[in-house]
Amino acid sequence: MRQSPSTAMKIALPVGFGLLVILLWEMMVKTFAIPPAILPAPSAIATRFAASTDILWIDFVQTVLKGAVTGLILGAIAGLLVAILIDRSPFLKAGLLPVANFVAALPIVGIAPIMVMWFGFDWQSKAAVVVVMVFFPILVNTLAGLQDTDRMQQDLMRTYSASYLQTLLKLRLPAAMPFIFNGLKISATLALIGAIVAEYFGSPTRGMGFRISTEVGRLGIDMVWAEIAVSALTGTVLYGLVALVERAVTFWHPSQRRG
Amino acid sequence: MNRIFPILTVVFAILAIWYAGSFLMNRAWVMDQAARAGTEPSVSEVFRDTMNQPRAKLPAPHQVAAELYDGIFDKKITSKRSLVYHGFITLEATFYGFVLGIVVGVALAVLIVLSRAADLTLMPWAIISQTIPVVALAPMIVVLTNAMGAGSLMVPKAIIAGYLSFFPVLVSMVKGLRSPDQMQLDLLRTYGASQSQTFWKLRLPASLPYFFASLKIAVAASLVGAIVGELPTGAIAGLGARMLIGSQFGEPMIMWASLFAAAILAALLIWVVGGVEKVAARLMGVRPA
Repeated sequence: MRQSPSTAMKIALPVGFGLLVILLWEMMVKTFAIPPAILPAPSAIATRFAASTDILWIDFVQTVLKGAVTGLILGAIAGLLVAILIDRSPFLKAGLLPVANFVAALPIVGIAPIMVMWFGFDWQSKAAVVVVMVFFPILVNTLAGLQDTDRMQQDLMRTYSASYLQTLLKLRLPAAMPFIFNGLKISATLALIGAIVAEYFGSPTRGMGFRISTEVGRLGIDMVWAEIAVSALTGTVLYGLVALVERAVTFWHPSQRRG
Repeated sequence: MNRIFPILTVVFAILAIWYAGSFLMNRAWVMDQAARAGTEPSVSEVFRDTMNQPRAKLPAPHQVAAELYDGIFDKKITSKRSLVYHGFITLEATFYGFVLGIVVGVALAVLIVLSRAADLTLMPWAIISQTIPVVALAPMIVVLTNAMGAGSLMVPKAIIAGYLSFFPVLVSMVKGLRSPDQMQLDLLRTYGASQSQTFWKLRLPASLPYFFASLKIAVAASLVGAIVGELPTGAIAGLGARMLIGSQFGEPMIMWASLFAAAILAALLIWVVGGVEKVAARLMGVRPA
């Protein structure tokens, strides 16, 4: 049996790889004298990042906090509630589950122009796109999760004479949590994509998608990369946050056990 | 029959809600027009007028269906207004992206399974790559591929589609290549099999069901990538570009028709890949559950 790697290695290797890529990038740009209008060096991007934190912050608030996160929360709550409601009716479940599964696989980003037409250029339309994109993965995963208790466990609850609500809150929802968090992880990355895509169809003069498309036009490529850095960090942190909450909520699940 | 009935009911309910929505959302415009003309329309007149507006806020289902039919069957395939023409351009990018995603996904999975260091180094970055919104990267991919001499938009679109589709393949292949258990591995060791023999004769065959299972997700992701890749890249052809044109010229029918064309394309792709998966499963001797 091979020894499992130490935590230090687990962090050092990927971080080292990332640094190596950045170093190679910097050297490539310097040695081949690649014009900054095509590919700026990481150092140039870092300088631009530090110099325009105010603009980056405004875009971050507009796209991430107002658009993506609002939509993510609303969509997740809606998906969760609808799943719990549908779950009570086998007929609805039999009808809606295939439809929802199908819709979840469709390119839902395509509704972005329609939402922009309905809700205007500001963050409301971006949040609306995110709500729809997030709704189906959460719905499908929650429904699957609510099925995850077996007969034995439900019978036990019945012998306790637990009501529907008690069974739901104390047995079935906790059992569904690993599935719900799976849906949330998918949704966290979808939310950012949705919020940025919707900005390509029209936005006020702030926001990450707006900034990227205008700066490409002005050849401000270093600014574009600074925005990409923000979006990459945001995406990773958002995903990490969901994973952290998951670890706290589903500590009992086999996939979370360590050691 | 028992399975079809609930689904039909739900689809029917969705259509009914859609019609109601069309009526409610388009009514304001009809009332406005009537107020200007100084007339007092009856409810049935309002209903009729909400169902046939050329620039409706929410076009009624039959309007979208008519526009779709017109775009798919009535226009010549070479016409710039044919949805088939735009669909094929998006499909081409989806296909190249899908192939790229499979190649990259399988290659990375093999590397990760064979080398412990690659596992620790690459896997976190593969996950991080998916949390980065690819739409933000898209314009840069276009700039870079242009600078490297790619003449058309097909290359960046395929790269964006591949970026989204390699991940499901990678995850499934890693799982599949690791699916042989200790017993099977030990058996091969007693045969004195080398590492490459173990790989070709045990790990690779064992991973095939996982591989085919991942293709459906990968092809759907690839289509999303191809459509998203058309948005910020200045494309003028393809379903995504068509949506952008509809949005910029205020033509809701174009947006709705391209949205549904994209949905139909997705359904077809998933259906075809699902068929391949079933055939492959049968050839590999999987018994129907």
